[in-house]
Amino acid sequence: MTRSELISELSSANPHLRGADVELIVNTIFNEIAAALARGERVELRGFGAFTVKRRDARLGRNPRTGAPVPVDEKTVPFFKTGKELRERLNREAPHRGTSARAAGRSKS
Amino acid sequence: MQTITRAHLAETIYAEVGLSRNESAALLEVVLERMARALESGNSIKISGFGTFSVRQKGRRIGRNPKTGVEVPILPRRVLVFRPSQVLKAKVNGLAEPLEDEGLDRP
Repeated sequence: MTRSELISELSSANPHLRGADVELIVNTIFNEIAAALARGERVELRGFGAFTVKRRDARLGRNPRTGAPVPVDEKTVPFFKTGKELRERLNREAPHRGTSARAAGRSKS
Repeated sequence: MQTITRAHLAETIYAEVGLSRNESAALLEVVLERMARALESGNSIKISGFGTFSVRQKGRRIGRNPKTGVEVPILPRRVLVFRPSQVLKAKVNGLAEPLEDEGLDRP
């Protein structure tokens, strides 16, 4: 599912809203999460998950093509931890019953 | 560290979109529920400029209780992984432009 598919699904499920508003809502949510992470803040959506930033120390990397060592600066990376409820929902059905759904998801993406 | 919650996000939707506070909060919930349902059915969610949520199947393996050292089987399960986009990675590092090639081979 892409951003635009999410927007169109939400639009058809909420016919009382204007399409432009649905788009604005979805964009606002992701922009706000991104802005909070950029400020170094944490976003916690109970039941869904939490977005945080983690610091990675500077290290000596390697150019995979030439093998030459390259210094990699200290950096910050976004991190998502799945919430308890969502984690349980992903495993509610027997894992094998999800096979067809996963195959459908793979062909779609 | 400041933590952003549903209430903050709902307030931003209220300010940006001009729906009522109640409706803003309800719609945030609807968006998260849609996403959860897609993931539950095994689909991945790709949000350009933000990142990709995908569901990965993990096989059975033998874990260990770190305190007692007792071996415990970890059953096959599905886990959600989030891969941040280059744009989001650049943003959290205070950069405007996304880095190419993860900092390697830069001109």
